[in-house]
Amino acid sequence: MSIWGVLIIAFLAGIEGVIDEWEFHQPIVACTLVGLATGNLVSGIALGASLQLVTLGWMNIGAAVAPDPALAAVVAAWWVSGPAHLPVAAGVILAIPLALIGQGLTQGLRKLIIPLVNQADVAAAAGNLKLISWLQRISVVLQGLRVLVPTALLMWVPTTLVHTSYQILPQVIQGGIRVSAGLLVVVSFAIVINMMATRQLWPFFFIGFALATDSHLSLVALGLIAVGLAILYLRLAGKDHHDGGGPGSDTDTDELDQELDDL
Amino acid sequence: MADEHKTPRQLTLGDQFLIFGRSGWEQAAWNYPRLQNLGFCYVMIPAIKRLYPEKQDAAKAAERHLELFNTMPYMQSLITGVTLSLEEDHANGEDVSAADIRAVKIGMMGSLAGVADPVWWGTLRPILSAFAASLALSGFGIVGPLVFFIGWNVLRLTFRWVAQRWGYRQGLKVVTVLSSGVLQKLTLGASIVGMFVMGAIIPRWTRVKLAPIMATSSHGSLSLQSMLDQLLPGLVPLLLTLGCVWLLRRHVKPLWLLVGIFIIGLGGYWLGIFR
Repeated sequence: MSIWGVLIIAFLAGIEGVIDEWEFHQPIVACTLVGLATGNLVSGIALGASLQLVTLGWMNIGAAVAPDPALAAVVAAWWVSGPAHLPVAAGVILAIPLALIGQGLTQGLRKLIIPLVNQADVAAAAGNLKLISWLQRISVVLQGLRVLVPTALLMWVPTTLVHTSYQILPQVIQGGIRVSAGLLVVVSFAIVINMMATRQLWPFFFIGFALATDSHLSLVALGLIAVGLAILYLRLAGKDHHDGGGPGSDTDTDELDQELDDL
Repeated sequence: MADEHKTPRQLTLGDQFLIFGRSGWEQAAWNYPRLQNLGFCYVMIPAIKRLYPEKQDAAKAAERHLELFNTMPYMQSLITGVTLSLEEDHANGEDVSAADIRAVKIGMMGSLAGVADPVWWGTLRPILSAFAASLALSGFGIVGPLVFFIGWNVLRLTFRWVAQRWGYRQGLKVVTVLSSGVLQKLTLGASIVGMFVMGAIIPRWTRVKLAPIMATSSHGSLSLQSMLDQLLPGLVPLLLTLGCVWLLRRHVKPLWLLVGIFIIGLGGYWLGIFR
């Protein structure tokens, strides 16, 4: 029963990993659903939240493909909430190689799908609009299978094997995995910061950091300060000059494209 | 195309709903040479059916929208809206050529993606998902994922529908509004909030604990962590993050950063620096 549930989630996550609409592929959603399907909601949410912080900087921009959270979230959640009962930290670490496999599959499918797209040209020339719609629907299914098939293969690995291979790891490695899982988030933070940072925006980063170290300030208060500062800055900058050059200028995005491409 | 019609051809509200429904599947046939081309054509099909009852006109329109296309998927709704209004004029024999439609699409897709990517993927999703994750980790459980899922999709669907309607009603006027720099301002504002929040996230949501004992002096043992907390809490994750940004700027691949951090974690624990 739970196996079918996980496979349906894998299918949905596979679609979303490419179309990026409902966000079923984001770990906080996908792992929670897998937790629900396996009857271990608490560990599913715990993994989803931890993994979400690691993946929040992964984004598909332009023609670049980032590591794929879909396969990572579903399979890692199966190993954490399912009968293998891995600890959350081990799930976070295993998610990284899984995300790279998913990324490779996304890139592969973008090439494999070319003959299908060429069929659309033929259909268009014949004025066969119905066929064009069906070709698009078939590609939706292909995107779902992109994650469903590898998930099914990995679920075939005996869970006792997964469980015992973690158990036989020495204590030093297990502790190291726990520490690393907490540290990996800084890479995602750095990707997001690198995307937005221009010289004029760095002060806001440090103001945010300094204020957040005071644990009396609530999240809502921090958000209000951020929005207030942004409005103030835009007002004052508007009065000053009309010099543009904001973030998200073409060079910034191009650089990021390249970095994501390289990954 | 320029033949006379008794009544001008017009899209119904139902057509617009169908197109709105289709717009959320745009990226499924993402492919390398022409990117989102099939997806965009798929979105336009209800309009093509309504506006071009003659088969050869429909074929031409479908071919026109199978050309290379790529933008930020939610911004596609705005481009779709403008394209719908242009296609309507074209079908009614007004002075809008197929080349004009092509030029407007190409012109909008790059500039809109440039301002929308940092807002949706760079600011909104990281902030909303980090907030949801923190809710989940601080004992609110299922509320975290629900906040993310509902919050994101309400924003996304509202934006898509409003953008498509606005684009359809205003047509080419949208282009003049966009070139006035309003979007750039919005993106700058979002980036300010984004930078602030990324700074705030670091001390709150990074879990690093240094080993309890640093050195024993005449005053007894001192905890390195509590010393650092006196100085500046979250200093270690801050330095690690800034180090990663520095390396990214020098074109080090994020994958190597992940591997490097993993090794630092393992090694740090083995040496007894981290706990």
